[in-house]
Amino acid sequence: MLITCPHCGTRPVEEFTFNGDAAPTRPRSIDAASMPQWFEYTYIRSNPKGWMDEYAHHSGGCRQWLVVTRNTETHEVKGTVAARDYAKKKAKAR
Amino acid sequence: LKYSVFSLLKNAFSGHQNWAPAWRDPAPKPEYDVIIVGGGGHGLSTAYYLAKEFGLKNIAVLEKGWLGSGNIGRNTTIIRSNYMLPGNNPFYELSMKLWEGLEQDFNFNAMVSQRGVLNLCHTDAQRDAFARRGNAMRIDGVDAELLDAHSVREMYPFFDFENPRFPIKGGLLQRRGGTVRHDAVAWGYARGADLRGVEIIQHCEVTGIDIVGGKVVGVQTTRGPIKCKKLGLATAGNSSETAAMAGLRLPLESHVLQAFVSEGLKPFIDGVVTFGAGHFYVSQSDKGGLVFGGDIDGYNSFARRGNLPMVEHVVEAGVAMIPSLARVRVLRSWGGIMDMSMDGSPIIDKTSVNGLYLNTGWCYGGFKATPASGFCFAHLIAKDTPKDVAAHYRLDRFERGYMIDEKGQGATPNLH
Repeated sequence: MLITCPHCGTRPVEEFTFNGDAAPTRPRSIDAASMPQWFEYTYIRSNPKGWMDEYAHHSGGCRQWLVVTRNTETHEVKGTVAARDYAKKKAKAR
Repeated sequence: LKYSVFSLLKNAFSGHQNWAPAWRDPAPKPEYDVIIVGGGGHGLSTAYYLAKEFGLKNIAVLEKGWLGSGNIGRNTTIIRSNYMLPGNNPFYELSMKLWEGLEQDFNFNAMVSQRGVLNLCHTDAQRDAFARRGNAMRIDGVDAELLDAHSVREMYPFFDFENPRFPIKGGLLQRRGGTVRHDAVAWGYARGADLRGVEIIQHCEVTGIDIVGGKVVGVQTTRGPIKCKKLGLATAGNSSETAAMAGLRLPLESHVLQAFVSEGLKPFIDGVVTFGAGHFYVSQSDKGGLVFGGDIDGYNSFARRGNLPMVEHVVEAGVAMIPSLARVRVLRSWGGIMDMSMDGSPIIDKTSVNGLYLNTGWCYGGFKATPASGFCFAHLIAKDTPKDVAAHYRLDRFERGYMIDEKGQGATPNLH
């Protein structure tokens, strides 16, 4: 598996540390009424079979957080963006 | 037909040409009382105990591939009950007790071999943690022995005791742990279930779950619709997919775990040894191959194959523990898909859909749990109440704050 880091270029997978699905959005509220959203965010996963956006830390390189779009059935990597840009795009879409 | 020395002799005289098939290959009927989805270890053992212990009739097991084509045939065959938490260990000890009587129970040679499972420790702190876990095991009536370095050296003099990073300081030994021939477990349960009238339908993939008024009424399959009163899902690796057919979202991620086998060697390691600090464990099969593995690759996957960095990591750890392994050649490697739950413990529970039962989240501990998982899942399906030792494996424990987090690592499935 090769991943193209937007900062460092194409690098082998062992330089990256994965941190799971990037789709869940952290709730903004800390009210008791938001507990179901916190539960969803913390524990529930769509676990997609196919394309998935996931967090990856380039721990053996630039140490930046990235979002990698990867196919969980074939391990094919389609694209990589900085986690910050991904978050901006997600915020805009909401 | 009961297998015995007499049936073996009789068939030996006819050149083993006249053995009857061990189970039938029926076409699906339009309706069953209970359908189990998944013809792997857990699904087959569930069907077996439903028929044998709980007297249910009219049961079907639906399998999308061939019988035992999932993780029951892809694991490293280890059995043990060396857990610590009260929600876990009584369950795994029930499993160990069932393993101990399994071959007589289902009349099939599963090669249950209680050769001992040894966890190595490398620091004083780790030894303290092992002492604590060993004590917790003994409180639950499980055997556990804390060994010093000298005792480990007597068992395995060829380990690297003076490793600069991970010197071996001792270990926790469960002598009743060991290995079982994994395929034979699937076959034994399949045959036992089939003899008791369970219909095992292979190459029949479930494509939908029919729910009317909040109650399961049947399934859609690649071989047509089948009605049922109760439906149990035992579809490790694909649990999120099958549960989604009933509109459920689960606290799971699917991850790939690799395993390896070496070329055949003369007797080398007589027990199971784990080197947790380095992410490596090994045992030797009766054919002589070293069966070994490490941790999951660490990313979501349904691919049933891993990547080379983990191969390198496992082999490095193995050579660090046993330097003489450097001269052994690896014969094969493969991967299996694990339901990694958010606390590292399984789920055996009812769901919000009436008549739909869930058996999932086994992480990489599913094989050793096969008998107890089947027994407890059958208990739940038959009686609608959980068996006492599996009462903690609830689906809602995450929401209610009753995690069973053996490693204490939180909601990070790639670390359990």
